[in-house]
Amino acid sequence: MPPAGASFFRRRVQGNLLKVKSQEPALAAREVSKSFDGREALGGVDFEVGPGEVVALIGPNGAGKTTLLSILAGISKPDSGQVEGHGVAWVPQQAALYRRLTVRENLLLFARLQHDAGLTSEAPQTMVERMLGLTGLSARADDPVGTLSGGNQQRVNIAIGLMAGPSVLLLDEPSVGLDPAQRERLWSFVLGLVGDGTSVTFSTHDIGEAERYAERIVVLAEGERVFNGTADELRSEVEAGGATGDLESSFLAFLRERGH
Amino acid sequence: MRWLLQKDLQILRRSPLQLALLVLYPILIALLVGFAMTRGGEQTRVALYNAMPPSESLGFGGEEVDGNEIRDQLCDRVDCIEANSTAEATEMVEAGEATAAVVLPEDTGDRIRSLASLNPEPPVIQIIVNGSDTVENQVTDDRIDAMLGEANLLLAQRLSEGAKQYLDLILKGGELDLLGQEIEVLGLTKSEQILRKIEPKVPPGTDREELKRAITFAGLATDNLDLAGPLLTAITQPIQAEKIEVGDEAPSLDTFAIGVTTGFALMFVTVLLVAGSVALEREENAFTRLTAGLVSRSQILAAKIGLGTVVGTAVALILLSGLGIFVGIEWGRAPYWLLALVFGAAAFSAGGSALGAAAREVRAATLAAVMICLPVALLSLVPDDAVGPAIETAISLVSAIFPFRPTLDALTGGLELSGPSLWLPLLHLIILTVVYGALARLALRRF
Ligand SMILES: Nc1ncnc2c1ncn2[C@@H]1O[C@H](COP(=O)(O)OP(=O)(O)OP(=O)(O)O)[C@@H](O)[C@H]1O
Ligand SMILES: [Mg+2]
Repeated sequence: MPPAGASFFRRRVQGNLLKVKSQEPALAAREVSKSFDGREALGGVDFEVGPGEVVALIGPNGAGKTTLLSILAGISKPDSGQVEGHGVAWVPQQAALYRRLTVRENLLLFARLQHDAGLTSEAPQTMVERMLGLTGLSARADDPVGTLSGGNQQRVNIAIGLMAGPSVLLLDEPSVGLDPAQRERLWSFVLGLVGDGTSVTFSTHDIGEAERYAERIVVLAEGERVFNGTADELRSEVEAGGATGDLESSFLAFLRERGH
Repeated sequence: MRWLLQKDLQILRRSPLQLALLVLYPILIALLVGFAMTRGGEQTRVALYNAMPPSESLGFGGEEVDGNEIRDQLCDRVDCIEANSTAEATEMVEAGEATAAVVLPEDTGDRIRSLASLNPEPPVIQIIVNGSDTVENQVTDDRIDAMLGEANLLLAQRLSEGAKQYLDLILKGGELDLLGQEIEVLGLTKSEQILRKIEPKVPPGTDREELKRAITFAGLATDNLDLAGPLLTAITQPIQAEKIEVGDEAPSLDTFAIGVTTGFALMFVTVLLVAGSVALEREENAFTRLTAGLVSRSQILAAKIGLGTVVGTAVALILLSGLGIFVGIEWGRAPYWLLALVFGAAAFSAGGSALGAAAREVRAATLAAVMICLPVALLSLVPDDAVGPAIETAISLVSAIFPFRPTLDALTGGLELSGPSLWLPLLHLIILTVVYGALARLALRRF
């Protein structure tokens, strides 16, 4: 039984999808390659996400998910290939927050920096109040971030990513380390935020999560994009009758068949 | 950038343990250094050249002082090595064989004898020290003071005997040998008797002869009292020392101690704080977020150098105010030593940034900071002439590439008018700030 936020989200995404099919992608990467010390992390990967679309990025450890997301976010430069997209916000896997500062101080610092960098015209103080309301953390506003639960830290982390009103939100393993209840609250928070055509791309090792919240799944393995489609399409790719099983076994079978 | 600086200060305020350590640790180090400096280990070696004629006996006021006796007294507190000329003694100091040389001039005997006469000329002994050797120099000064104190005590005992004889003469009267002429001194006792005798006679007749003698005595008594002045000065400090420095000028002990203490505190606070703070940006994963379009790496670096400069200068100021209770600090020269503090703190901050950017972890950065700072600062304090040429080169290299020595020079130059020049070390610090800043910026590219 999907959470309330997710069902709301699905309806909205399906509605959007019909509208946006003909539109330009919000973010697109072409033939992106990246090597570290001669070892190839990405070997010519194509990727795109349309406005209002939610895409899950899955793949084994070291497949290149973080590398691809950071290139899409413009944080690291690809060795070759192009990335096109505007208003991209990136939420790192580990909360990029100052644990000794309070929730409010963290939000205020980044609101001021975003404001000074010309990324938003909203007054920092107003922005902080808005984000506190959005995260539902007004009551904990004056607690040091280090004393918050992992889920709540991740909310603050994501809230900072949302400050500039991005059109594309990139989340690197946003729910890692959270218990199921925290995870559900986090996703209802994220999906509740995704309005007005904002697209979301997230990486995860939780295949169930990918199926439940994403509309499209991209599989990376050893720096290559080995799959791009819906969960059902992934199931049907696996010939050995995987279509009826759960997505995780289909995914594993899929990788096995391709020698990963 | 000011938001970054404000954020770092907020974090610092929230870390009471770090804050306490940052203040207490340097103060502890400073106290240890100060303590170590005031305790010279082994005996100081002093080259002694005695130009006085051999076996000259110095008799005055019936008391005898032997030349050898003075020598033994001088060498009681120090390790004396004989020199055969002033030039040889000077060479020994320059070569570092002796930390100081004492020269007893040829006329020392005559002058000591003159102390008991009516026109005393205090003997002046020459002390030659190595001016480039600050720590040793201060210890040597203390030793020579003690040495002179011993010798002066001996002479003072003998001279007070002479002074007693003069007082007896003034009191009881007698013969005084003045420039080869025998003069009869009446003495206060006799004068009183004479005046008593004259008293009844004066109103009716005149005894001009008695009156004349009384007047003569009055004149002589005045002269004698005048002579008591220089004599008493001679008693308090019979031997005067003339200090000659070979090598460069050196600041006074107080200034040097303040400079070392403050330099240590400034170095530890600034390097530890900034190295830790730079590494923290990575540990909190904030660096990538900050540099993803919000601020540049150079701005982060500038904020860190600003943080270290502000906090380091503040802690050093608190320390100086505390030291000011015990030793004299020239507050009138505050603009100069403040310059030294600010530029020193900036150079340490740049170095700390480079360290933090290279270490990338708060714990590793802190450990590296302590492990680098302590030996480098101690090396900068080793006197050049106490070690072999290879180590000497290493020391000058360390002094040149690490900001401690130029900070120390700038501080002593800023604290004391007669200290070393302030401007050259400041220029040195600016260069180091730029170089370390560039290194830190380079390390941040792969942070
Ligand atoms: N900064 C780096 N320096 C050297 N190699 C790197 C660096 N970042 C990533 N790599 C290498 O690139 C490859 C892809 O790493 P990446 O972090 O993108 O994988 P991932 O799919 O995110 O893995 P995980 O699921 O474990 O997070 C790996 O082999 C990794 O070792
Ligand atoms: Mg990853």
